[in-house]
Amino acid sequence: MSRPTSAPDRITTPISGGVGASPPRPDGTLKVKGEFAYSSDMWIDDMLWGATLRSPHPYARINSVDLTEALKVPGVHAVLTHDDVPGQMLFGLEHTDQPVLAVDIVRYQGEAIAVVAADHPETARRAIAKIVVDYDVLEPLTDMEEAVHSTDAPTLHPGGNVVRHLPIRRGDQEVTAPVVIRGEYEVGMQDQAFLGPESGLAVPAEDGGIDLYIATQWLHVDQKQVAACLGLPPEKVRLTLAGVGGAFGAREDLSMQVHASMLALRTGRPVKMVYSREESFFGHVHRHPAKMYYEHGATRDGKLVYVKARMFLDGGAYASSTGAVVANAATLGVGPYEVPNVSIDCWGTYTNNPPCGAMRGFGAVQAAFAYESQMDKLAAELGLDPVDVRVLNAMSEGTAMPTGQIIDSPAPVAELLRRVEAMPLPDAAPTDSYDLRQLPGGVSNTTHGEGVVRGIGYGIGIKNVCFSEGFDDFSTARVRLEIIAGEPTAMVHTAAAEVGQGLVTVQAQIARTELGVERVTIHPADTQVGSGGSTSASRQTYVTGGAVKAACEKVRGMVLDLARERLDIDGELRMEGGKIVSDRLGVLAAVADVLGDDAIDETVEWRHRPTEALDPTTGQGFAHVQYAFAVHRAVVDVDVDLGLVRVVALDCAQDVGKAINPDAVVGQIHGGSAQGLGLAVMEEIQVKGGKIRNPSFTDYLIPTILDMPPMKVDVLELADPHAPYGLRGVGEPPTISSTPAIVAAIRAATGLAIARVPVRPEDITGTA
Amino acid sequence: MEFFKPATWSEALAIKAEHPDATPIAGGTDIMVELNFDVRRPGALLDLTEIAELREWSAVGDGFRVGSGVSYARIIEELGASLPGLAMAARTVGSPQIRNRGTVGGNLGAASPAGDSHPPLLAGAADIEVASVRGTRRIPAAEFYKGVKRNAMEPDELIAAFHIAAADGPQQFAKIGTRNAMVIAVCSFGLALHPSTRTVGTGVGSAAPTPRRASDAETFLAGELEWDSPGPLRDSVLVRFGELVAQAASPIDDVRGTADYRRHALSVMARRTLGWAWDSYRRN
Ligand SMILES: Cc1cc2nc3c(=O)[nH]c(=O)nc-3n(C[C@H](O)[C@H](O)[C@H](O)COP(=O)(O)OP(=O)(O)OC[C@H]3O[C@@H](n4cnc5c(N)ncnc54)[C@H](O)[C@@H]3O)c2cc1C
Repeated sequence: MSRPTSAPDRITTPISGGVGASPPRPDGTLKVKGEFAYSSDMWIDDMLWGATLRSPHPYARINSVDLTEALKVPGVHAVLTHDDVPGQMLFGLEHTDQPVLAVDIVRYQGEAIAVVAADHPETARRAIAKIVVDYDVLEPLTDMEEAVHSTDAPTLHPGGNVVRHLPIRRGDQEVTAPVVIRGEYEVGMQDQAFLGPESGLAVPAEDGGIDLYIATQWLHVDQKQVAACLGLPPEKVRLTLAGVGGAFGAREDLSMQVHASMLALRTGRPVKMVYSREESFFGHVHRHPAKMYYEHGATRDGKLVYVKARMFLDGGAYASSTGAVVANAATLGVGPYEVPNVSIDCWGTYTNNPPCGAMRGFGAVQAAFAYESQMDKLAAELGLDPVDVRVLNAMSEGTAMPTGQIIDSPAPVAELLRRVEAMPLPDAAPTDSYDLRQLPGGVSNTTHGEGVVRGIGYGIGIKNVCFSEGFDDFSTARVRLEIIAGEPTAMVHTAAAEVGQGLVTVQAQIARTELGVERVTIHPADTQVGSGGSTSASRQTYVTGGAVKAACEKVRGMVLDLARERLDIDGELRMEGGKIVSDRLGVLAAVADVLGDDAIDETVEWRHRPTEALDPTTGQGFAHVQYAFAVHRAVVDVDVDLGLVRVVALDCAQDVGKAINPDAVVGQIHGGSAQGLGLAVMEEIQVKGGKIRNPSFTDYLIPTILDMPPMKVDVLELADPHAPYGLRGVGEPPTISSTPAIVAAIRAATGLAIARVPVRPEDITGTA
Repeated sequence: MEFFKPATWSEALAIKAEHPDATPIAGGTDIMVELNFDVRRPGALLDLTEIAELREWSAVGDGFRVGSGVSYARIIEELGASLPGLAMAARTVGSPQIRNRGTVGGNLGAASPAGDSHPPLLAGAADIEVASVRGTRRIPAAEFYKGVKRNAMEPDELIAAFHIAAADGPQQFAKIGTRNAMVIAVCSFGLALHPSTRTVGTGVGSAAPTPRRASDAETFLAGELEWDSPGPLRDSVLVRFGELVAQAASPIDDVRGTADYRRHALSVMARRTLGWAWDSYRRN
């Protein structure tokens, strides 16, 4: 056997930073130090600035748009309206129903009507102010139930005001039960409140195309829509991911992509657009507000017999992803429980309210608030412990969903509940002294203990992971292995968007584990490689992770084949610590010596197992790839006289199948729990008559570090045999269960039947 | 936009006289937000941060003269023992960054009904010292606030300082917000007991077009308190005081809360702060 002379004969040291480790994030230090370049920081010589004219009215006919004065402003290079859209006039994720720029009518406050490019952002804004629009203001349709049922309501879109109605029918539709629990629940409009406003830079290319640098969640779905609206072939619209300052669903839809590109093509100059904070509230979709009517039937022991529900989700002026949100709310509408008989109707509607679409939890959040509130009501009615009633009805592997789909991987619902229940409770508040920071109201000094009552509540959520209902959900990964400076170095190239969740770290970890090399570089995400699919539905570690794993396996196979050929051996070989290793013979060669100057470069398209469409009349079908579960126990102190709440503890157990990066998993659970806390007690876009009343961080409040308690987090790893490494999507479940847990705790403290989130001081003190 | 950065107070007054529309900027924590949100486009900015004397305070008689440019952080640290009510309010302002930059002078300049320094300034019967090239005058806090974000200053005037007596008895401040930090007051209440004069001071914030005193509540309470042989307060006194404070407000429904809630919360805060203040008086 010939062995290269440089081959070490000691066994290899295992590489660090692989799957299951928590290596530092490549972007972490830069972000903490404020040095990370976000999309709003981009700059290129000779660029112009774009600005957008938006409708002040939720619903109006446009009689005329006069650009004369705007065009006269010195420094203005272009003022464009719908007349200037080169291609398709409409865009949209599921339905192409939203005008690039309004055509004759505006359907929500903030709808874009015209765009300006100027040599300074201030000049662009001044020009915007000089555009004269003549409106006929119309009475807006703002009630989602009216939108569905009223015969007098205006029809906002050609097909009517219902974006989607999904019925779910399972089991006996006439069934009755001895115990009947009814409730009506409401969820306010939550905002993703990402910190990096919508922004991007469009650079006209010599071939007549566009290079767009953009903060988004899915480069290829943007590419497809932008190309259609520009009337260009997709290959002439090249996107590169710019630094993303948070997403949470709000970057699934287009914002300024087409506008900046139109301006760039028209002026022949690069155009940058950055929304202001206020504009951002009008520049992206929000979480659907919901109105939900529930009826649970149970035996006297507390076993569920049936669930009937009617759910309304307000999609606002344009469809966005309302259809898919409806599917989640309906199919997950009974929660992670065994329910033999189900009758659910869920409507997603058009109104003249702000458009709503994707936000972390995506339909499951709204449903969970209702079904968990119902479970607590059931427990109270029967004098049962809230955990016991949940455990009694908990689904498990083998349970049939309301869609008929059988759960075919671990569903440790009862175990998660018991684990959280067994966690130690926080100490009672001291009675002889006080620390303001530990009390409701904090240093605002509203109580020294007076009126403070403690409450405990539980919440559990279920979420589908990946895209559903037969969607062809895939990701593409390109992996290249070559020797750089004597070291084997892998390069991973995908179009999957890093939005802060840590995918870039995970991709490198997978490459290290699969290729046994220490050095991995991550290529910037762009459309030069195939689609990575959306960074949403908790799917990227699963699907892009799966694609990277598959591409690495292919590369590894080729390297090992090469090794067998060049070393003239056969049998099982591994790549480990930069070496080629065989069980029998130990270390055979360095990868560097086998590969020499060759590079192995492979691209793989990877799919999870297929799902199927839901039957449109019964809602039956194998619609979801995977389910994920989290449980929270909230402990709150409520100042019952002032209605102020402090969340004292918010402990969580979640099954993640396999923690690819344990620190990142816990980070997701912390962040998701905080976002659910926000929905429970403070976060709401207040809309009146179709108008947003609080488009700023002065009055749209998100939790601060003083609102969010330190968490105990218990991470379970029960492998899903269908998923890469057995992993389960992580990002959304904690957002779903923390809200109902906190509200349950507030109810326990106050004895009030709270049925709406966010819970306001007015709701607790009876002063609404 | 013109930008002035005078090094001395007299220079600042001269500039303000010549450019009455120049907008003063101290910590900038209100102004910069307004500029960024494009709600205001001043023709000129008058930066006061170079003027050392605005950042100074001194003991004068039984109280203090505090320069308008003294930050909240310094009020807490350097004057907290003598001006506990104001320090408690300062502690609730924004975040550490805002307390390092923001000033009481800026709070007075903005004259927002929700400004947190106003209730303790009212309760402590502070005077605001304003100056122009024409001279200097002192305006009692109770006469300083004229309307939503309007104060009693003339266009050529600047705020030099405020004058306030050192606490001669317990002081309290409480503020409602729907999160536990970084929040604009839904409503707020300041209370000062003045044993030396047998009087009571109050200030109601964010529950009327301007910060204001609850005068009837002050009079009522001053008459009820047994200053010389302080026993426990009767519930009826606490309740009545709370009612009178709530009645002094004329709140509205807005994004931050309802009028009903504000009245209710004021009565609760009034009762509680009075209980704490009186307990402390009895103990000393
Ligand atoms: C994140 C954040 C949180 C905040 N939280 C709170 C809070 O909890 N409570 C609260 O009360 N406020 C809060 N504010 C508002 C602000 O911090 C305060 O009003 C602060 O007191 C303003 O002081 P400044 O020195 O920064 O004022 P600036 O912004 O410099 O000025 C404010 C106004 O006063 C005028 N002015 C300043 N100095 C003078 C002077 N010497 N003479 C005449 N006019 C003058 C200015 O022209 C301007 O109109 C917050 C602001 C931010 C950005």
